[in-house]
Amino acid sequence: MREIDAALITQTVARLCIEANRFLPEDVACALHQAEREEPFQPAKDLLELLGGNEKIARETQMPICQDTGMAIVFAEVGQDVHINGDFEEAVHAGVHRGYVDGLLRKSVVGDPLRRVNTGDNTPAIIHTRLVPGDQIRLTVAPKGFGSENMSRLKMLTPAQGVEGVKEFVLETVELAGANPCPPMVLGIGIGGDFERVAQMAKEALMLPLGEHNADPYYAALEEELLAMVNATGIGPQGLGGKTTCLGLRIVAGATHIAGLPVAVNVSCHVTRHKTAVL
Amino acid sequence: MRHLTAPLTEADVLSMHAGEHVLLSGTVYTARDAAHLRMMECIAQGKPLPFDLEGQVIYYAGPTPTPEGKPVGSIGPTTSTRMDASTPTLLAHGLRGMIGKGQRSENVMRAMQEHPAVYFAAVGGAAALMAACVTSCEVIAWDDLGPESVKRLTLQELPLVVAADAYGKDAFTLGQAEYLNTIK
Ligand code: SF4
Repeated sequence: MREIDAALITQTVARLCIEANRFLPEDVACALHQAEREEPFQPAKDLLELLGGNEKIARETQMPICQDTGMAIVFAEVGQDVHINGDFEEAVHAGVHRGYVDGLLRKSVVGDPLRRVNTGDNTPAIIHTRLVPGDQIRLTVAPKGFGSENMSRLKMLTPAQGVEGVKEFVLETVELAGANPCPPMVLGIGIGGDFERVAQMAKEALMLPLGEHNADPYYAALEEELLAMVNATGIGPQGLGGKTTCLGLRIVAGATHIAGLPVAVNVSCHVTRHKTAVL
Repeated sequence: MRHLTAPLTEADVLSMHAGEHVLLSGTVYTARDAAHLRMMECIAQGKPLPFDLEGQVIYYAGPTPTPEGKPVGSIGPTTSTRMDASTPTLLAHGLRGMIGKGQRSENVMRAMQEHPAVYFAAVGGAAALMAACVTSCEVIAWDDLGPESVKRLTLQELPLVVAADAYGKDAFTLGQAEYLNTIK
């Protein structure tokens, strides 16, 4: 049994909050700069150049890439041979507190959804924990902005609606989102599971590397087809027209019930952030 | 590219057309959801607003905390549609420009024609780049709202797109149609 101190978890989460907000993941930055080169519509190209420039300025000046430094979504894979000294969830919240206060990140969380008083330190985090084999802890912090989160949708389709129903729902979601999620977007699609699992799968899909494809050739082809459909809408950067509506789209699919076909679209933006550390 | 200075005159507003890329300098004020609610309360109760709206531009933004030695933290636009309900009232009280992201409601578009005004789209998410276009930032009201307080900003050449003009045209519809035409 390996011992890991709660204090180390706090320290790591704090660092990940700050780094995720200042440095765009390499695959997202790459996709952004590639879109900048390949966009054929000049007004859209000009906007993509500003976004590319922003990513560089943030990196060089250590400023947050976006002012919406998000709600802190934390994915933890905890090895079953690890013993944590202290309270795991408290340690994560304390890390978010420290990261958002010390890193001068924006505090965007209210403690109650209806009475809406800001908690002042961006806590609590949303924590997804999985128990896995081994003696390590893998922590991913994914700050999520709500301009794009607000545009996300979930629907319980019927099996008869099949893949055509999924395509229609994805396209409808993108069109309803329009300019609001700061396009170019990144899309995470969950297909299958149940009501709450499909939403989680969509969020997990946002963590997958852009520029790679699903290991299952069926879903790899669907990823490509959906991406092409979304980029044919003409919504373009900032919704002002152009080819680059979406930088990348990933699918996570999973088993579901004979009577159901849940689908979820988690909408994200060109500031899709996540940073991982292994303890 | 065209340079403009805020506050804006009516002539400035009438000379701008949807789709134009411009650089804005001068003085603007930040206000987002919570500050809009309070401004509406002030108007309903006949109390003075934190600043005179005549000719002014409101930026829908809540920056990150200001780092030492810098005028402001990262500062990009938030989604404008959440301010749509209060916008016609503010336009009737003299507001002449808004900076945000995303489309506006038909009500807002109509009010912008009645009381000539312009709606600019800032580049959503380009918040570190925009911070470099702000030379001063001062909280002037409702400090208790934190990132949502009302701040007076001095801008230097902030890159913007005229997203909706005083003639009822919007750059989203125009831009998407123009791009789709190029690939026909
Ligand atoms: S949608 Fe993304 S880029 Fe736009 S404000 Fe929110 S976090 Fe920033």
